[in-house]
Amino acid sequence: MPHQVSVFAENKPGKISRVTEILSRNSINIRAITISDSGDYGIIKLLLDKPAQGNECLKSEGIASTLKDIVAIKIDDSPGGLHKAASILASNSINVEDAYGFTIREKNQAVFVFQVEDIPLTEKLLKNAGFELLSDSELYLL
Amino acid sequence: MYYNNEIETMPRADIEKLQMTRLKKALHAAASTPYYSKIYGEAGIDVSKITTFDHMQQLPFTTKNDLRMSYPTGMVTVPLSETVRMHASSGTTGKSTVIFYTRRDIEQWAEQVARAMYSTGARKEDILQNMMGYGLFTGGLGLHYGAEKLGCLVIPSAAGNSLRQIQLMQDFHPTIIHITPSYALHLVEVIKEQGIDPHSLGIKKAYFGAEPYSDATREKLEQLWGVKAYNCYGLSEMNGPGVAFECAQQAGMHIAEDYYIAEIIDPETGQRLPDGTEGELVLTHINREAMPIIRYRTRDLTRIIPETCGCGKTHRRIERIKGRSDDMIIVGGVNVFPSQIEAVIMNIPEVGNNYQIILEREEGLDRIHIKVELYSKLFKGDLKALQKLNKEIVEKLRALIIVTPRIEFMEPGSLPPSEGKAKRVFDNRVI
Repeated sequence: MPHQVSVFAENKPGKISRVTEILSRNSINIRAITISDSGDYGIIKLLLDKPAQGNECLKSEGIASTLKDIVAIKIDDSPGGLHKAASILASNSINVEDAYGFTIREKNQAVFVFQVEDIPLTEKLLKNAGFELLSDSELYLL
Repeated sequence: MYYNNEIETMPRADIEKLQMTRLKKALHAAASTPYYSKIYGEAGIDVSKITTFDHMQQLPFTTKNDLRMSYPTGMVTVPLSETVRMHASSGTTGKSTVIFYTRRDIEQWAEQVARAMYSTGARKEDILQNMMGYGLFTGGLGLHYGAEKLGCLVIPSAAGNSLRQIQLMQDFHPTIIHITPSYALHLVEVIKEQGIDPHSLGIKKAYFGAEPYSDATREKLEQLWGVKAYNCYGLSEMNGPGVAFECAQQAGMHIAEDYYIAEIIDPETGQRLPDGTEGELVLTHINREAMPIIRYRTRDLTRIIPETCGCGKTHRRIERIKGRSDDMIIVGGVNVFPSQIEAVIMNIPEVGNNYQIILEREEGLDRIHIKVELYSKLFKGDLKALQKLNKEIVEKLRALIIVTPRIEFMEPGSLPPSEGKAKRVFDNRVI
């Protein structure tokens, strides 16, 4: 099961650079980044090559950071690619709490990363439908 | 031109004599209560030997905490069957400070307020729209009884619901309003938004109380409303509104000196200061049967104006309240202690122990904004959980301090630590 590092940040200049500086200093690579904003504050979500280590580095510098379990699947980078996965989730009444995606140009593929309440069930459903689930290391190798 | 000629223009020597007569009576009554009998017993004080203003300095002060410790009836001199009313201080829960009144006490309080209103020019033909909180808070009922005593029609509209307040003003033509300065600033804007000229409403006087404000704001409010504004001082421990009130001269608030003995002390040393010097106001209630409170530290900073007033009243005046000698803050008329907020924050594991309280004024209304740090070890990485936590803290604080705060989450370590004398309260209100 892959992990995402979630970091609390005030909505102020310099808050991202503080996080990226720590990761860079510890030679941790960022695969994807997204920010959910809630006015005064937000959560920075990071896909890292070494999520557990990245999380520890951030915490040790006093940052509110945590590891979150996520689901990551490979989809075709073509029209309807995401829809196929989404409709499986929909027909099984699985609510996606938070999601983002990115494409892998050379392979004509894309990755869909999301949070759900019941991860094992979601993974099973998608696996049965023929989707390729990604682990932490696989995510980084893309 | 006085409501009670004899009392209000009594020569100073006679006032002081009356005060001593009443003090002796109050001290004897106080000494019969569980609280004062213990305190005076331990200190070896014989109240019958306290017969002059100077002797009073031997008596220990009474503090808000003493009132809490003697909760609920440790300072009451009569069986509760002899009392007809209680009030409790605003902004505290649990062991708040409770004050009891006999029928005579309520009547005397009404007389005290009626007198004060009369000296601002109010008469029975006046109509008072009383926009102060009713209930445990003394502001609403205190003025209400005084105005009725004077014979005024009282519109007991209480605070809030601006559109209804305006409707009442248009339909019943109040000539006097009783209101907090911050609400007055807001309400006048709502009136203007309705396309109504505030000056056309026919209001002539405004009594402003329950929160400190500046002379500049008074002038602004007088212009906006087209009224004469009179400052009103009171605290529930000493009855409520009417303890001191401005007369038509608008030059300081006359203390009802047949009800209270006022002293000014150095808040650090507790030593009495001469008239005219600024310090903390200490009041002794010498005209309340149910609960005489002796040498009460109000924590309000002011000075006694020794000169006689142009209105001819012989009761001395105090200046507008300059501030507090403790950390109490007043938000929308409600008393809030930072320690109350701190206690709530300390009990929420997801946030750290450091905090900052920022007071702001938006559209004439006080806002309290509290910054807390997230505790990194309990951070769940979930925005929804944070919003839920935010709501939970808001609800807990609102239940305690009445006003609704805005909670802002900060990164761990971004607020100054709680050790030492970190400044916790930032008052950015301009009033």
